[in-house]
Amino acid sequence: MKLHEYQAKGVFADAGIPTPPSELASTAEEAVAAADRIGYPVAVKAQVQVGGRGKAGGIEIVADAEQAREAADSILGMELKGLHVDRVLVEGAVDFEDELYLGVTMDRGERQPVAMVSTRGGVNIEEVAAEEPEAIAREHVDPAFGLHPYQARRAAFDAGVDRDVATDVAGVLRTLYSLWDDNDATDAEINPLMVTADRELVAADAVMNVDDDALFRHPDLAEMEEESAAGDDIESTAEGYGFDYVRLDGNVGIIGNGAGLVMATLDLVDHYGGAPANFLDIGGGAKAERVANALDVVFSDPNVDAVVFNIFGGITRGDEVAKGINEAIAAFEELPKPVVVRLAGTNAEEGMEILDTDQLEVEATLEDAVKRAVERAAEVSA
Amino acid sequence: MSVLVDDDTRVVVQGITGGEGRFHTGQMVDYGTNVVAGAVPGKGGQAVEGVPVYDTVRGAAREENADAAVVFVPPAFAGDALFEALDSPVDLVVAITEGIPQQDMAAVYRKLRETDTHLVGPNCPGVITPGEAKLGILPGDIFSPGNVGFVSRSGTLTYQVVDNLTKRGLGQTTAVGIGGDPIIGTDFVDALRLFEADEDTEAIVMCGEIGGEDEEEAANFIASEMDTPVAAFIAGRTAPPGKRMGHAGAIVSGSGTGTAESKITALNNAGVPVGDTPEEVADHVEELL
Repeated sequence: MKLHEYQAKGVFADAGIPTPPSELASTAEEAVAAADRIGYPVAVKAQVQVGGRGKAGGIEIVADAEQAREAADSILGMELKGLHVDRVLVEGAVDFEDELYLGVTMDRGERQPVAMVSTRGGVNIEEVAAEEPEAIAREHVDPAFGLHPYQARRAAFDAGVDRDVATDVAGVLRTLYSLWDDNDATDAEINPLMVTADRELVAADAVMNVDDDALFRHPDLAEMEEESAAGDDIESTAEGYGFDYVRLDGNVGIIGNGAGLVMATLDLVDHYGGAPANFLDIGGGAKAERVANALDVVFSDPNVDAVVFNIFGGITRGDEVAKGINEAIAAFEELPKPVVVRLAGTNAEEGMEILDTDQLEVEATLEDAVKRAVERAAEVSA
Repeated sequence: MSVLVDDDTRVVVQGITGGEGRFHTGQMVDYGTNVVAGAVPGKGGQAVEGVPVYDTVRGAAREENADAAVVFVPPAFAGDALFEALDSPVDLVVAITEGIPQQDMAAVYRKLRETDTHLVGPNCPGVITPGEAKLGILPGDIFSPGNVGFVSRSGTLTYQVVDNLTKRGLGQTTAVGIGGDPIIGTDFVDALRLFEADEDTEAIVMCGEIGGEDEEEAANFIASEMDTPVAAFIAGRTAPPGKRMGHAGAIVSGSGTGTAESKITALNNAGVPVGDTPEEVADHVEELL
């Protein structure tokens, strides 16, 4: 789960990290009123969960009320990387001398947390990370002890942070690690942490992603998720049904069980010259209700011209899966789009025999099912 | 021969009184697995599928000489259950549970480093030595005894590829589902090392997927330390960056690491043929044997 900037800043400020004064606004009037209260100059920042907002025109620095109104008017309602902007954060602009990067994340390779500092903060940190990894000082953290003070200092000094602020930067890094740890975050970042002319530190941006699997022990953060839930309607429908779903831009709908097998099915669609419309993992078994819900999600995507339904039964018997599928499609007088089914695993043959072939096309192998679905999608779209 | 489990393995099931634990204990027993105990706090003295239940894993290990644990405990309590297994101790822990918080697993992994125990999973289908024992939820009847070692990050994809192998008469020594989470115990390199040391394993299939760099590390290990030939499959060639494809670990990062292309290139450079389709993987295995 990704927090909005304003949500993450709230969490950071509560933990004692200095942030600029700011207010949330959803109209140009509210934005101007907020800017008047804060005092100019202010930054008007789109609240959407994408990186590179500044480069994409989602952040403007303004010097007076008129400019604030213009900026809010242009940013509110804009589309940033496919996401609609319906709120801006109006924030006191910081006069800075340096921009630092501070981050805490899980290092998958090492299977332990890592805290990072760089003096190359700002919009290009991802390029810096890719091209000059040595420009980022890293300290791995033993989760039993947390980030030791000496490690935080060492990261700041190794990164080349000015000596007069290095101890303060180390303090912010320790706070960042603590809130990463306390909130079950997967990532927590400040980019940039600004060093002002008065040699004060201010977090001008805040990023925090929280582990979905740990939300059960953070009811406060789970509430924020409800607030920030939005986006693609089909994706929210799928989420409501409890499916793992990712929408893509092709025309072959894909339903399957198990993440790896569904990914492999997507790849096969591509391999046979088709284009996958989605990833949908229906999960264990295939009870009628779940099958019906999965078909509902995929049929509701106007880009889908044909569907491939691939279930490897495993412990769940193929004849039970087939009954579930038949029951689900009995609700349709006619399926709106061709559906190719393939069952495998225990009792798969018995299952395929009882599938309703008036409505469904059945293939015995994964390869044949995918080929058929790609062909059918091509016919429908032609 | 086999790796990790055989018909001498003595299994304790943690979470045996829950729905999943109860059902799969029955399946494991039917397969011939030597399930000697269950462990559920407060349920000591009961029996499930004829298997005696203890309050603690240590009690089960002591009284029934259990040397392997299978964990079906719900995610909120699974981290603690894994610590209990590691502290009992047993030689092998297989964690089936999906959705364990990442930081709980980081703590478990930290403990694991101090032990000699093998942890398989979490979020995995388990381990099976066909004809001898299965620890987990794998459907036993698609496997058959043979000389191919199998290691995979995914459950149903394992079944798909194994089914192809079995139908062609390519049986397996052992199949290890290592799991789809970002932090897992046994990784590809660990599993490959076990198969390399196993006399009966004459070829190995590894099924990887997008996310992380474990497949790249496996490629380095294969090139520098292995004689047993390996064939591979990588799922997620068409996955867009930044989107989690079901598994918590299956994500191409924004900066472009973890792509299928990088993994396939690394494996090819290590002399490992990578099938474009699951059927092609079986073709490659036939060529390697």
